[in-house]
Parts: sequence; C-alpha cells; structure tokens
Amino acid sequence: MAAIAERRRAVGEALGPVFTLVGREIRDTLRDWRMVVPIIILTLFFPALMSWIANYALRGVARYGAEIVGERMLPFLLMVVGFFPISFSLVIALETFVGEKERRSLEPLLATPLSDTQLYLGKTLAAMTPPLLAAYLGITVYLAGLYFIEGWTPPLILLVLTIVLTTVKGVVMVSGAVVLSSQTTSVRAANLLASFIIIPMALLVQGEALIMFWANYDVLWWIVLFLAVVDIVLIRMGIHTFNREELLGREIDELNLPSLWRSFRSRLRWEPWFFGADVKKMPAGLRWLGVLGGLYRHDIPAILRRSRLAILTVVIALVFSVYVGYTFADRYRLPPDVLRQEVSSEAFARSQNLGMFSFTTWDVLIHNLRVLAAAALLAVFSLGTLAIALLMLPMAVIFFLVVQAASVYNPVVFFAAAVLPHGVLELPAAVIATALSVRLGAVFMSPPKGMAVGEGWLWALADFVKVFFALVVPMLALAAALEVHVTPLVVLSVFGG
Amino acid sequence: MLYCDGGKGQSKTLDEVVMMIELTGLTKRFDGFIAVDGVTLSVRPGEILALLGPNGAGKTTTVRMLAAILRPTTGEARVAGYSVTEQPQEVRRRVGVLTEHPGLYLRMRGGQYLDFFGRLMGLEAEERERRAKDLMARFGMADAWEQRIGTYSKGMRQKMALVRAMLHDPPVLLLDEPTSAMDPHSAKLVRDSVIGLRHHRRAIVLCTHNLPEAEAIADRIAIIRRGKIIALGTPAELKARLLGAPLMELRLAQPVGDPRRNGIVKLVSELVEVEAHGEDWVRYFAPDPRETNPQLLHLLAARGVGVVTLSEVRCSLEDVYLRVVEEA
Repeated sequence: MAAIAERRRAVGEALGPVFTLVGREIRDTLRDWRMVVPIIILTLFFPALMSWIANYALRGVARYGAEIVGERMLPFLLMVVGFFPISFSLVIALETFVGEKERRSLEPLLATPLSDTQLYLGKTLAAMTPPLLAAYLGITVYLAGLYFIEGWTPPLILLVLTIVLTTVKGVVMVSGAVVLSSQTTSVRAANLLASFIIIPMALLVQGEALIMFWANYDVLWWIVLFLAVVDIVLIRMGIHTFNREELLGREIDELNLPSLWRSFRSRLRWEPWFFGADVKKMPAGLRWLGVLGGLYRHDIPAILRRSRLAILTVVIALVFSVYVGYTFADRYRLPPDVLRQEVSSEAFARSQNLGMFSFTTWDVLIHNLRVLAAAALLAVFSLGTLAIALLMLPMAVIFFLVVQAASVYNPVVFFAAAVLPHGVLELPAAVIATALSVRLGAVFMSPPKGMAVGEGWLWALADFVKVFFALVVPMLALAAALEVHVTPLVVLSVFGG
Repeated sequence: MLYCDGGKGQSKTLDEVVMMIELTGLTKRFDGFIAVDGVTLSVRPGEILALLGPNGAGKTTTVRMLAAILRPTTGEARVAGYSVTEQPQEVRRRVGVLTEHPGLYLRMRGGQYLDFFGRLMGLEAEERERRAKDLMARFGMADAWEQRIGTYSKGMRQKMALVRAMLHDPPVLLLDEPTSAMDPHSAKLVRDSVIGLRHHRRAIVLCTHNLPEAEAIADRIAIIRRGKIIALGTPAELKARLLGAPLMELRLAQPVGDPRRNGIVKLVSELVEVEAHGEDWVRYFAPDPRETNPQLLHLLAARGVGVVTLSEVRCSLEDVYLRVVEEA
C-alpha cells in the first residue's frame, strides 16, 4: 500500500512540471488572436454551417429519392467537422521547439530541471490539447445543430468511432509535427517538411470519406488501430530522438556529402583477420584472405549480434504470418480437385512459360534481390514496418497453401519437398536482410545510444550493405539455383505421377 | 535545497562543499571543431570567477556544459557536488543561468513569468511569490509585476532574466553578460547584487566583455581563447605575471634636472629601473615596492628633494587581456 502511495506521489511529482508547461503553452496560444479566431470559426461557425448544409442537402436529395446519399452524408460531415479544427494543430506543433529556438526562449527552459521526457510530453500535450478540444466542441455544435433542426442523433458506436478516429488522427499529426519541430533548425524548414504529414493525412481523409459513404464502419476501426500504432511509434520516436543538445547546438542543417561519405566509409571498414597471422605482413596476393577472414569471422557475426532484436522481431512476425496463413486457409478452403493437379515435368514447364516471369536461377535471384531491396527502401520511410509486411505476405501465402495441401497431401511432406530444399537458405537470408532493413527504419525511432539519428542511420546502412552483399546475395544465389534445379526434382520424385 | 550528496551517497551541506565548481579536462567537440579544449579549473563557494575571451572563444559553451544543457565530449564537470553528465537534473536544480539572450516569453506578465519558472524549479507557491517580489523590488522593477514583458525596455528584460536566474536561490550562478544593455544605475544594482551573493557563499561564473566590471567584482579571472584557458589568476596576479613589476610614479616639488649632470633621475636610477621622466616626475619599475619605495624616499629626503606624491600607475585589466590574447 505504501509502495503504491509512494509510486503515486512520484508520478504526481513527475507530471506536475509537465502540466505547468502545458498550462503556460495553452495560455500563450490563446493569447494570440491569430490562433483564437480560426479556433472559434472552425469550432462554432463552421459546424453550425455544416448542420445547416446537411439539413438542406437531406431535403434536396430526398426530392430525387436519393435519401441514402443524405444518410451517408451526415456521418461524413461529422468526421469533417472533427477533422478541420485538428488541422491547425500542425501550426502549433510545428513551432513548439524550433519556434522557441528562433525566439531564443528555449535555452532558459532547457536550463530548468525538467527531464527530456517531461519537456517533450509537455510540449506535445500543449500542442495537442487546444485542437482536440476544439474538434470535440465542433462535433458537439454540429450534432446539436442537427438534433434541433432535423432531430437526428448518431448511433452511439458511430459517435464513439468518430471521436476516437479524430483523436488518433490529431495525435498522429501533432506527434509527427513535434518530431519535425525538434529535428529542424527553422520554422520554415519544419513547415516544408510538414508535407510528409499533410499529404498522407489528406489521402487518409479521402479514404475515410469513401468508407463513410460506403458505410463500412468496421474498416474504420482498423484504421483507428493502425493510427494508434503510428501514434505510439511517433511518440516513442519523438522521445528517443529528442536531444536538447542537438536542439540548441545545431544552427545550420547543411547537407555535407563528403562528411556523410567519410562517416559511411568508416563504418564500412573492418579489421582483417587470418588465424591470428599479421595480415599486413602476408604476401600482397594473399591479403584478400585476411579481408574475407575479418569480414566473416568477426564483422558479420558482430553485426548479427547487434541486430538480434530486429531478427527476433522478424521471426515473431513470420510466426504470426504462419498463423494468418493457417487462419485464412481454414476459412477459405480450396476445392480438393484444384489441389489434386497433375505433378509432372510438363506441368512444371507450363508453369514456367507464363510470360511474366521465367524460371531461371538468374531470374529467381534477381526477383528475390529486388524484393529485399524494395523492402529496405520501404523500411526507411515506414520505420521498418513495411519491410516486415513485405516478408509476411509471401509467408502467409506459403502457409495458406501448405494448410490447403493438407486435404490432399501430408502437409509436412509437402512443405519439406516444395519449400525446404531452397527455403533452408532462402528463408534465413530473407529474415536477415529484413532484420537489417528494419534497423534502417527503426533507427529513426530509437537511435543507438550516444549517437545522433543520422550517424545511427549511416551505421545501420553500412551494416545492411555488408551483410547484404557478403551474406544475403550468396545465400540467395545458392537458394535460387536449388529452387530452379533441385526443388522441382524433389517435388516430382515425391508427388510425381 | 542546499544539500547534495555528490553522487557518492554522502550528504553534505553546501558549507561542506570545498569546490562549488570543478572542471577537469572539460572538452566539447562539435562537427569539425573543438569549442572547449581540456579546460581545468575550480571555483570555491563565495568566489566570483570572470571568464573573459573574444567572441567564439568557448565561454558560452563552457557555461552551457556547467548548466548541464550541453554534454561534455570528454572530461568531467561537477557543480555543487553533482556530475553534469551523470546527474544533470540535480545540477540544473542548483544552477541559475542568465543566458546570452534574455529569452523571455513576451506575452506573459512579469509576475506570471516568474511564477512559471518558480513552479518548474519546484518552489512552493508562497515562497515563489515572496522571492519573485523581493528580487523584482531589489532590481527596481516592483512596478513591472503586472506589465506584459513585451512592453519592457531592453534593460528591464535583462534584469527580468537575472531575476529568473536567481529565483530559486541557487548555490551556483552562471551569468552571461549580466549588465549588457543596462543603464549605469541598473548595472550598479546588478553588480552590487552579485557582490552581495558572494557573501552568501554562492559561486558565480561571470562571462563578460566588460573588463572594468570583471576587475571590480571578480576574485579571479580566467582568460579563454580557442577553447583553452590561457591565463588564470587574481587581477593582481595576472598583472604582475603579464605586465611585469608595478610601475610607480614620483611627483617632485622641483624640476628633475639634467640626468647627465647628477640630476634626480640619475639618483633614482641607482636604485630602480627608470621607465620615463618629465619635468617634475619620474616613473620607475618597482619589483618589490615595499622594499624599494621607503629606500628611495629616504634617499631623496637625505638629498633634500621634496616629494609631492608617490603612487602606483594603475595598469588596467584591459592591458593584461590584450597582451594575453595577442600573444596567444
């Protein structure tokens, strides 16, 4: 009991300064008429106008027997009146840190005993609170208007969905903007970078609008779930990358390519090794043995060790994709006659002449490399998540087929014959490459201790390049040769007629 | 508030802290350049250390590291017994910082502003109001309590920033140009206040370009250039070390006469090195004035030469500073 009371007191002490900061920031925002006027317009005038438009539109479409359009419009406008006020959250959030830095009021704040987390949370909550309150008020005004004019009230679940959706969208916008604000050197740069928030959000709102008119609200709950995950990732990323030193010390964001290249190259280097021999004293023609020895004996194992969390994450994701494949196979059964196809050399030859994808070692290798390279690229822009998704998809399909095959063949034998001969190399290579890709994205969320984001990213990139070319490509090349030349023979010998 | 354990599990009062600030090999590297390079120095409780140096010498970076805002690249700094790298929050709790720019929230009123910072510093409501009002009154700003900071003059803003730094009664004060932009009266108020803090065993680091001010209030001077301390000592020590023996001026009741014909100059030069002379004055270097001056006066009296005054020609800290910086 005493421990709980102590914990409560500690939490209270930690949150006290956060709320002090939030209170000051909100009061400061509300002292600026340029902020207050849009808030009033968007929370009072605009929703009232929307109520009137909704009422007018309802009557208009009813005249042409298209009541359904009116019915679908009311929830859509509910979402719109909630979204408009949170749009200005960007203005507040983008200038939280960098604006203070430009006004030179940041240093006294950094000199207070506030921890980085308290400072970050205070600023984020302060930027989030007025727009969200304005959004809730806007929704209330809109609903009140519709209730008094039309007598319409939304179903409770729709109202909850709209409020939750508005909230998670607001949190995404604010937490994203605060990250930008803490990582840029001027408000102008932060505003330009805000396109990375505005464009995806605009697309999302358009998608939501379609779903609203389609009235498939279950899909919106999945969007809520997705946005909630993005919220957590962005807040965590903001806290991890927040660095009061960088914030104060960095004056100019110059893209110094020679310096970046030097840093990258230094990360690419490794110590040569050859069974304890002094590699420098080895004959010039044999030193490459030391270079390879150092890479495979020390450097790559070290990279894999520091990537073990990412590897574990990918493996867990793969296990989950197996479960997804199994679940879908159970739900969507293929007819047994589809599965009971003739397994013969001719059937293989037919499947290899589809015109889109020829089945040679080179083509299989290039295809796999292309997918893994694309996964790495997507990982950079998605904090690593899309790289995992790209690997989960084929795994889910494979296990979907394995489970389907259970109705005709022994699934273990099917998996061992059709997947394992090449999969024994291909799967580990894919897991390792994906894990290294995940690091390329995750470094933005959690840079290595004592490193700036850019420095950490260059390190992750150097690790990726080394492992990709020294380990993944050879493994995939061998796997491709096995897939083209061995796996069909195994399948034929096991299942061939 | 004033207790610290120095990170060693032992509680000490500030009175027991031998050195309020201790820097050992403190270094700060930014991309491509070293801002502070192996600075080692210490400040005792009740001591005022002036940090002098040209623009970009590393003064502000040093202060920011002492305030646990910037993290040293190598080396260590302990402030009020706490490590700036391992216990930065404890350090910030015990340091008052007057930043290079006042950095105030212009839309807030003076009282609101101090209340906000008092809360962040963990002061109770009653205490923060009392201290804020006392300090405002001390700096002649009692009437500005309800005014918006945006309406303050430049000097008032500087004083407000100083009040903010002193609000939680910190044992260590880091003041960057405290009297810049102030009128002479306000500057004197601030100087007196800083000197007053010395008597309360506060350690103060003062970054300034105002050399007479540094000379007037600092116990010791550290001159920093390109991140390195190039001279450290009391103003008198620095002068003696860098400008040589004190220069004395003798004013006589009669003309000094022709030095080639047994004049007074020749007489003086038998005892000390004459630097210059005029019609009725002689300047000489006195390596040990306590010994030389009585001897010289005795000699002049014996020869019946009337002495009007004997005084030291004051060399300013500016002379010391310019010489050190130019030599470096």
